[in-house]
Amino acid sequence: MITKKVNNVQDAINGIESGMTIMFGGFGLCGIPENTIAALVNTSISDLTCISNNAGVDDFGLGLLLQKKQIKKMISSYVGENAEFERQMLSGELEVELTPQGTLAERCRAAQAGIPAFFTPAGYGTEVAEGKEAREFNGKMHIMEEAFKADFAIVKAWKGDEAGNLIFKGTARNFNACMAGAGKITIAEVEELVPVGSLDPNQIHVPGIMVQRIFQGEKFEKRIEQRTVRAKN
Amino acid sequence: MLTKEDIAKRIAKEVKDRYFVNLGIGIPTLVANYVREDIAVEFQSENGVLGMGPFPFEGEEDADIINAGKQTITTLPGASFFDSAFSFGMIRSQKVDLTILGAMEVSENGDIANWKIPGKMVKGMGGAMDLVASAENIIVAMMHVNKAGESKILKRCTLPLTGVGCVKKVVTELAVLEVTGKGFKLLERAPGVSVEHIIASTEADLIIEGEIPEMLI
Repeated sequence: MITKKVNNVQDAINGIESGMTIMFGGFGLCGIPENTIAALVNTSISDLTCISNNAGVDDFGLGLLLQKKQIKKMISSYVGENAEFERQMLSGELEVELTPQGTLAERCRAAQAGIPAFFTPAGYGTEVAEGKEAREFNGKMHIMEEAFKADFAIVKAWKGDEAGNLIFKGTARNFNACMAGAGKITIAEVEELVPVGSLDPNQIHVPGIMVQRIFQGEKFEKRIEQRTVRAKN
Repeated sequence: MLTKEDIAKRIAKEVKDRYFVNLGIGIPTLVANYVREDIAVEFQSENGVLGMGPFPFEGEEDADIINAGKQTITTLPGASFFDSAFSFGMIRSQKVDLTILGAMEVSENGDIANWKIPGKMVKGMGGAMDLVASAENIIVAMMHVNKAGESKILKRCTLPLTGVGCVKKVVTELAVLEVTGKGFKLLERAPGVSVEHIIASTEADLIIEGEIPEMLI
């Protein structure tokens, strides 16, 4: 067994430098690598290009890195929940590339799968298609999108083992499973790091080969963005 | 004139037995409340869940189980979770039968604009571009006119597009319109709303054949 375990989040983020491109798993605040983000906030690393479906909220998730002006550019599909983001974007401090959500996911998956580019119908005929090769397949127009190139991919899983095998819970799988292995180095923070052999190989969502560093997060707040409930009657 | 709930009720009649359905944020989300109980329908949310159930009871919400609107949800027996690439895979390969979403503008050739107003804060398209480019059946739920009283049913969209030639049907507080090869066809009018009122509220030309029935809500 090749172990991927690192002792703590500090060891996990070793080698992350200013100016790098980093993928962050999660959808909204669901399944974000909150311990790694917190550790990055405590560094002087800046000028990051972040690939993440969303940009967190003002006081949680990637919003924390935005508050400290550590992010130079965001590549996302939806960024509407963050006032500081809006301020930096409108003032020109922050560069933003908006990309359709399915295209974002597939550009991660393509990187993970060693595919340099692919064609998708999403965005054809819109400003997203500007400057991109368009081609017809089966009577329908598609545009070419390229795989992401990231220095690090940072994902969060429910359970993992020292071999780097990951299991997600619920919709927290989202972009985490697509990003694992999509960066040169993948860091996985897990709620529970279990002994090798205790996870059923049939139930693994991401095999350990995709993960280079794994650690158990110290604490998970798991904040809910839109708490929506119905009354018990 | 219909309320937003009425629009959702009318659209719910378009949901057929054995359909997989993706609901957008806003009025479309309400559609789930009005689907007939004697048919089998599964709701997909593009962040990665199929078989969505109602909102959880207070105290039972789980931060790890949300929909694409980031709301806490539950799942029904037979539900499944998957990653976002897989989720858009089932959308692109047209496994999802019906997509219902909101819009700022729809044009007579089926173009839709719903993500960007120049000069205003752009929040992003989320999954809307993927959904409209892929789905075979797209129904738009929206108000017929904007807050300034201008028609949102147009000959040509004026806002940046989300997708081209994709919308099949539009349900508003005034009417049900079908997008045909020759433009918008008026199928139904809201109870108490005249055809003249609909024509006056619509910038695009309407194809009107025979008596236009009132919607059954």
